[in-house]
Amino acid sequence: MMKPGISIADRATVPQGAADSTALVVRGVSHSYGSRKALDDVSFTVGARSFTALLGLNGAGKSTLFSIVTRLFALQAGRIRIFGHDIEREPGAALRCLGVVFQPRTLDLDLSVTQNLLYHAALHGISRGEARMRSEELLSRMGLAERHNSKVRDLSGGQMRRLEIARALLHRPRLLLLDEATVGLDVKARAEILAHVRSLVTEQGIGVLWATHLLDEIEAIDSLVVLHQGRVLAEGKVAGIVDKTGARDLHSAFAQLTETGPGPGKATS
Amino acid sequence: MSAVIANDRPAGFSFTQYLTCLVGIVWREGLRFVHQRERFVSALVRPLVWLFIFAAGFRQVLGISIIPPYETYVLYEVYITPGLMAMIQLFNGMQSSLSMVYDREMGNMRTLLISPLPRWYLLFCKLLAGAAVSILQVYAFLLIAWIWDIEPPPIGYLTVLPALALSGLMLGSLGMLISSGIKQLENFAGVMNFVIFPMFFASSALYPLWRVREGSPMLYYVCQFNPFTHAVELIRFALYGKLNLVSLAVVGGCTAVFMIGAMFAYDPARGFSRRGPAGGEP
Repeated sequence: MMKPGISIADRATVPQGAADSTALVVRGVSHSYGSRKALDDVSFTVGARSFTALLGLNGAGKSTLFSIVTRLFALQAGRIRIFGHDIEREPGAALRCLGVVFQPRTLDLDLSVTQNLLYHAALHGISRGEARMRSEELLSRMGLAERHNSKVRDLSGGQMRRLEIARALLHRPRLLLLDEATVGLDVKARAEILAHVRSLVTEQGIGVLWATHLLDEIEAIDSLVVLHQGRVLAEGKVAGIVDKTGARDLHSAFAQLTETGPGPGKATS
Repeated sequence: MSAVIANDRPAGFSFTQYLTCLVGIVWREGLRFVHQRERFVSALVRPLVWLFIFAAGFRQVLGISIIPPYETYVLYEVYITPGLMAMIQLFNGMQSSLSMVYDREMGNMRTLLISPLPRWYLLFCKLLAGAAVSILQVYAFLLIAWIWDIEPPPIGYLTVLPALALSGLMLGSLGMLISSGIKQLENFAGVMNFVIFPMFFASSALYPLWRVREGSPMLYYVCQFNPFTHAVELIRFALYGKLNLVSLAVVGGCTAVFMIGAMFAYDPARGFSRRGPAGGEP
């Protein structure tokens, strides 16, 4: 049987020397919950200084993949490298390069904005003074400078997300993972967050892996990984994937790849 | 390269960075403690009910003879105070450890575990922070007990501190080990029935062991082998400026065993997968 999926990018093993141009390498990762297979031989790469979208419906395995890359779940099969650092052999070095925004909110609601940031900084061994400096800088860049003393509980959903992004950048990672970062936000807040993350790539040279189920968050120039029922169905530039499937646009290309009929809808909020 | 991206950093972490991390974790746990007044109040009410009601009722029933570290006859309230201090730590240890494994605190555990510092160290800091919070609770209890005329020697308030730190660590790591290892104990009621009550009652917290031996030699041996008995005795002696070497050895040894076991057994995936792998929490 033919292996499902098309491969546009070079899927050959990336040598360690390529660490500077490759932010994340996932090779042959499989994961099971008991007898149910959540990820099946997943391989893809995320370039440094690039925006890569990880597109998949709910239940495709995106969050499982994030949990494995961040070492919350043990790696059952396969290899993962972050800027050349194997996450099992050099977990500290790998996690240092990594900033993460998880799908569920992980802020301390009763603590203030600044307190949340200082806690995160401490977890990375960043001194108090340095942490305060970086917090102020990031909060003003995220438009949260005036809220620095507010309790997180009093922030809006969009503000919380921006705070989580600020927190993820505090230790100056070179790769940022975001798992459905715009879920539950209104149209305006979604657009702001997305625009901001894109500017991190173009202005700061950070590699971004953006997991989503919303097609309208993806642009033609982006790199794309299509994940469906635990398998990678396509990897490459959006335009290339659309060409390869012979579809009119990404929407029908996705539908064709996943054979789900109409692809995932636009955001409804 | 842009300012936001770090340049090549040396591998490993300095001692200062480890210390920064520890201070940060303890500081956050302290802040949360201050913010969660209900948790604080309920942690205090439990031992106070024992002290004000149970002890007052049993004062006449149970006579306590002169046993070390006491140098005179003591009232029953005075006798059970160290046991109640240990009880505060027992509850605190079980509660905070359960929430580390199951989803109540999962979001915060994610934040903690993606730190690049070694995982064993992060868990150790977390246990230490839990012990620190339990010590705050114990001192608040001691203050109220003092108003209730339970007055250990002033130096005792200082000498009891290291004992509380050690017993807090032991009970916290025991909680972590139990909640990592036993699947059935997923809710607090189960832990109450199968861990907290047996440990508390089969110990020297409420009655001196020589009394237990009169009633049941068998139970006496059970109490002797209960690490909680030794936590209580370590605290009792330390509160009177004395050192119980046997208890110190037992509590120290148990702390080491429980902690190492807990660090090996801890698996964050358990807390997540219960909720379904892909969805995350609402």
